Amino acid sequence: MKKFERLDGLVAPLDRANVDTDLIIPKQFLKSIKRTGFGPNLFDELRYLDEGYPGQDTSSRPLNPDFVLNQSRYQGAQVLLARRNFGCGSSREHAPWALDDFGFRVVIAPSFADIFYNNSFKNGILLITLDEATVERLFQETEASEGYRLDIDLDAQTITTPSGDVIAFDADPFRKHCLLEGLDDIGLTLEQSGAIRDFESRHRAAQPWLFRDA
Amino acid sequence: MSSRTLYDKLWAQHLVTSRDDGSALIYIDRHLLHEVTSPQAFEGLRLAGRKPWRRDANLATPDHNVPTTLKERSAGNAGILDSVSRIQVETLDANCESFDIEEFRINDERQGIVHVVGPEQGATLPGMTVVCGDSHTATHGAFAALSHGIGTSEVEHVLATQCLIAQKMKNMQVRVEGKLGLGVTAKDIVLAVIGRIGTAGGTGYAIEFAGSAIRELSMEGRMTICNMAIEAGARVGLVAVDDNTIEYLRGRPYAPSVEQWPAAVEAWRNLVSDEGAHFDKVVELDAAEIEPQVTWGTSPEMVVNVSATVPDPAGASDETVERGMKRALEYMGLEAGQKITDIQLDKVFIGSCTNSRIEDLREAAKVARGRKVADNIQLAMVVPGSGLVKRLAEAEGLDKIFIEAGFEWREPGCSMCLAMNADKLGAGERCASTSNRNFEGRQGYGGRTHLVSPAMAAAAAIEGHFVDVRDYDYAPAATMSA
Repeated sequence: MKKFERLDGLVAPLDRANVDTDLIIPKQFLKSIKRTGFGPNLFDELRYLDEGYPGQDTSSRPLNPDFVLNQSRYQGAQVLLARRNFGCGSSREHAPWALDDFGFRVVIAPSFADIFYNNSFKNGILLITLDEATVERLFQETEASEGYRLDIDLDAQTITTPSGDVIAFDADPFRKHCLLEGLDDIGLTLEQSGAIRDFESRHRAAQPWLFRDA
Repeated sequence: MSSRTLYDKLWAQHLVTSRDDGSALIYIDRHLLHEVTSPQAFEGLRLAGRKPWRRDANLATPDHNVPTTLKERSAGNAGILDSVSRIQVETLDANCESFDIEEFRINDERQGIVHVVGPEQGATLPGMTVVCGDSHTATHGAFAALSHGIGTSEVEHVLATQCLIAQKMKNMQVRVEGKLGLGVTAKDIVLAVIGRIGTAGGTGYAIEFAGSAIRELSMEGRMTICNMAIEAGARVGLVAVDDNTIEYLRGRPYAPSVEQWPAAVEAWRNLVSDEGAHFDKVVELDAAEIEPQVTWGTSPEMVVNVSATVPDPAGASDETVERGMKRALEYMGLEAGQKITDIQLDKVFIGSCTNSRIEDLREAAKVARGRKVADNIQLAMVVPGSGLVKRLAEAEGLDKIFIEAGFEWREPGCSMCLAMNADKLGAGERCASTSNRNFEGRQGYGGRTHLVSPAMAAAAAIEGHFVDVRDYDYAPAATMSA
């Protein structure tokens, strides 16, 4: 997976709770058999005024001027500030693929849906959970000052605001380790093949009906 | 040993290794695959030169992209007119062939929605861990199987290692005691639960559904409930094993053989939460108080009783919720205070992994029998969950009831639940749907979805607007001959 250590990035605010993965990347784009190329269709139904299709040239589509990511001050944003329960709904990993392809490396919200949370880490995207009041404060600061950036240090587990305030965040130790090192977790798991085989033989002996080739 | 919940037991039975930091490796017994979330995983295996760890743990079927019209379907994959969809289905076929994975292809009678097919084949068994690259994998928890949706990277991980890196969830019990009213179904229970705890209420939890109302449900009803645990934020929904579970599985193709059966049943009997087991959270509902439910907004938690009115955002708990409600009303084209039963519909969809099993079709047919779909309904469709459900329904004459009433009787697949195939809503079209998500654009760009039970959807088709199905001449399930 892609490494994540530290990022000083422009922040874009998406002021909406319960952003579901259908909204992050609508179903018609899930027909792709690739992992890349989803960025132009990130938040497709919010970003454009027309209906999008896979394989279309998005450069000529009418943009929704009210949508935050279409505003010039947020171009090049790498940090997405969001509201509670971000990423709910479908398990589509196309959602983090689209965020990544668009250029986001960090999402900050009061809470995330479980499957989206896992999927994001597998793609080197750092999700940071902060309390509602802190998220609200970041929304206000982001909207109040153009060019608002946050300096995010995963190793130190800190976010530093432009005024120098430091906000600490929690990080799951295993995921943190994998992100910092950019580890391939299939490779990591296969290092434990012996333990898996041992488990498997005990499991088979106890419940042979779980194995059709028995 | 101290008292344990069903989830604690299932977790412990699959724990391969655990680390001090709380992450663990758990063993996966059953991996279900479909065409949408697997191609990149197979490609990853191929690039790394890896092979599936255990081929017999995997079972695949195409469901999201398949057409449901007989004309297209009879041509097999070639009948998928959208070439991008067709390539995805063909890719699944090719991957299953090259990695030697069993697949029920498009016109195999066993094909269907993966969450209908697994239990129907007995490929979902109590005590298993079941995963699939689809959030509605929670469905299989109805069999006391630890089941949840995973992303594509995890699909690849399971294929390569037969394990998942996981963290133990917290335990929640949702207890529904008492007797459901006539015409009130499993779908109404789960929508009422979501309305109560919210769409993030179950985040981080495995929810066990318990209580007399759950024990009274058929396996189909329990699957409907566990299916939508994810709409309450919980990846896992569970129901303890009882006689219903065991009898449902007896004789199914992937179920234990006659020789293995007694030992399997003995092991399954232990798959219940122990008396006094600790739940981190308990939610209680009185079944008798649950009315037929209808969603009015763009999140499954935006749900009310059929007798209610569309809620007013002014009564919201905070500003974020209020803004969400306003946006939902605007998207849905509704006004606060409007009666639910005054909402006029354009289309009706009966199907999806939530409600496309035989019992669902029987419930809908009871309402449709001898009646006609209203003139303002442009399309009312019934999409069985699998080829075998379709055959059984036809043997019972349900197809004729639907067709005579003016419904379209289709071929199995996910269909208009998420509209990846040709079945979709047009912009502004309003649909009564037995599916699981009313998100913006879910059933088609600009489409407006109201989630309801099969009986409620059928009644809405007949009347052209929502009605309280309890006002219908509605025979209880027990009096229908199976």
